[in-house]
Amino acid sequence: MATADTHATDGSPVPAGASPTAEQGPASVAPRRRVRPPRTAAARIALGVVLTVISAAFLYPLAWLVAASLKPRGEVFDNVLIPRTFSPQNYVEVWDQLPLVNWVTNSFLIAVLAATLVTFSSSMVAFGFAYFRFPGRSFLFGLVLATMMLPGAVTMVPQYLIWKNLGVLGTWIPLFGMNLFGSAFYIFLQRQFFLGLPRELFEAARIDGASYFGLFRRIALPLSIPSLVVIFIFEFQASWNNLQSALIYLNAGSVQGFTAPLGIAYAMTKYSPTNGGQGDYQYVMVATLLITLPMLILFAFGQRHFIEGVATEGRKG
Amino acid sequence: MEEKASVKVTSSKEVRRPRERRRYNRREALAGYLFISPWIVGFLVFMLGAMAYSLVISFSRYSLATNVVKPAGTANYQLLFQDPKVAASLANTLFYAVMAVPLEVCVALGLALLLNRVGRGAGFFRTVYYLPKMTPSVATAAVFLLLLNGNTGAINQALAFFGISGPQWLIDPAWVKPSIVLMTLWGVSGTMVIFLAALKSVPRELYEVASLDGAGPVRKFFSITVPMISGAIFFNVIVLTIAALQVFDQAYLLFWRDQTSASPEASLFYGIYLFQQAFREFNFGFASAMAWVLFVLILLISLVQVRIGNRFVYYEGEKR
Repeated sequence: MATADTHATDGSPVPAGASPTAEQGPASVAPRRRVRPPRTAAARIALGVVLTVISAAFLYPLAWLVAASLKPRGEVFDNVLIPRTFSPQNYVEVWDQLPLVNWVTNSFLIAVLAATLVTFSSSMVAFGFAYFRFPGRSFLFGLVLATMMLPGAVTMVPQYLIWKNLGVLGTWIPLFGMNLFGSAFYIFLQRQFFLGLPRELFEAARIDGASYFGLFRRIALPLSIPSLVVIFIFEFQASWNNLQSALIYLNAGSVQGFTAPLGIAYAMTKYSPTNGGQGDYQYVMVATLLITLPMLILFAFGQRHFIEGVATEGRKG
Repeated sequence: MEEKASVKVTSSKEVRRPRERRRYNRREALAGYLFISPWIVGFLVFMLGAMAYSLVISFSRYSLATNVVKPAGTANYQLLFQDPKVAASLANTLFYAVMAVPLEVCVALGLALLLNRVGRGAGFFRTVYYLPKMTPSVATAAVFLLLLNGNTGAINQALAFFGISGPQWLIDPAWVKPSIVLMTLWGVSGTMVIFLAALKSVPRELYEVASLDGAGPVRKFFSITVPMISGAIFFNVIVLTIAALQVFDQAYLLFWRDQTSASPEASLFYGIYLFQQAFREFNFGFASAMAWVLFVLILLISLVQVRIGNRFVYYEGEKR
């Protein structure tokens, strides 16, 4: 029971380290409420077996990816997890086959820019909503939440035209420019966190002569580093995985200028026999594994943040 | 300079405390607007402005080369309703959504219920189940492209082991959408985590009382669990529906990434056709009209779901 309970008690995505009253996240739940594990040993074992079988189904594609990346050309489609012929040279040859370094560098820089900008802008907007009283505040915050329901397909074309008219097509700006203006879900998350900070803290700083921006920069931001990290890694992942924007804004450019997802899409076509390729899918597999690894590493470090962030998303509705 | 000014305000604030309750402090309100101004600008330009722009373009003929917008009345909408591909892609998308959303909800809820029963080790399994969610969609597509191969793919070989001869997943039009559903289900853990959080907040006393009254596990599930987590079910249905109606990445990567080869029409989703019209054909007027049709459709579907949901969803607040 121990593992899951730990998460139930501090289930808010924003670790409540700032203060004892910061436990405002709707997630705080008494540990005794949990459903009891099955009583009999047989039932417990059966449950364990079922969960393990399901784990295998979830892990199989990833394990297969690792295996396929080590197979020579003709054997990539093989359904064996241990390659009959090991071909570690795939990992050497792939760098000559595909401009992987460029793709990963592009994706990394764009993701860092996107995540940094959206973290800063969203928390600034969130502070505005959390701390200040002004006419129309709840209406505007309602609008923020409403924009979360707006389908991306609707704004896809006009946003392209806006960037075109601003003359920034062909640059990276369309890939992270939107992040200057905050993002609804992150504003929501961060506002929850700020509301959990004791107001006296800010009042005291005001009396000491801090400006409004000082409150934000010197008190609100330093205290909310844990939740800023959540926003940063969420957006980093979103940006790293973003295929559609890359297709719209980078596809016409040079292959070296692609992001990692666009590059994989390109490689999938390049090696396809219908396209005159040799069916060298082992390179696609190596490249795919290499761009998946950073996400798995990110997850290893920020696991709790990811899962609790997603769980919070479910509570806003 | 700024610091000095704010000191003054603080002191005057002390004096005029009672009046502040009724009126907004002008300086504070101004600062509030300044703080939220990035969002306001973004909303006005990239949401409201973009939508207005797209509405105008949907009634126009737009030439990308000259950047000229000429009014075209309802021509785009008329074309849209005559285009068999629009109807086909819409039918494909709705069919996919009807198949994917209930399956996702059921599988996610099933997994969440299982995980919720485990004590020790729940964290481990949750981590494993979450890994696919971290996998970029291109990676998922690249792997499933080979796993779903009709002749040599692992999935059909596994089926063959049980004596079932699997379909040509990616070629047979009847199996194209189930293939994409399968890929979506692999990444179902995001939905599962939301259910898991909801399950944890169901008061355990309810189950204890029900047990005393002699309720079995099935009865408890339908009379306690489902009503208590109806909010989460409702949220997931709405969000997954909106996502399903915009399905793009997997279908694009598996079927439409290569412009030279033909793909089964069964894989032409609304989002794909919209994208092709906009960014391959540069028919921005037509694509904008398509986007508005989709928007209205999503709005209508969500409204119906909200109306149905209001009848069934139990919110904790109702007790008061």
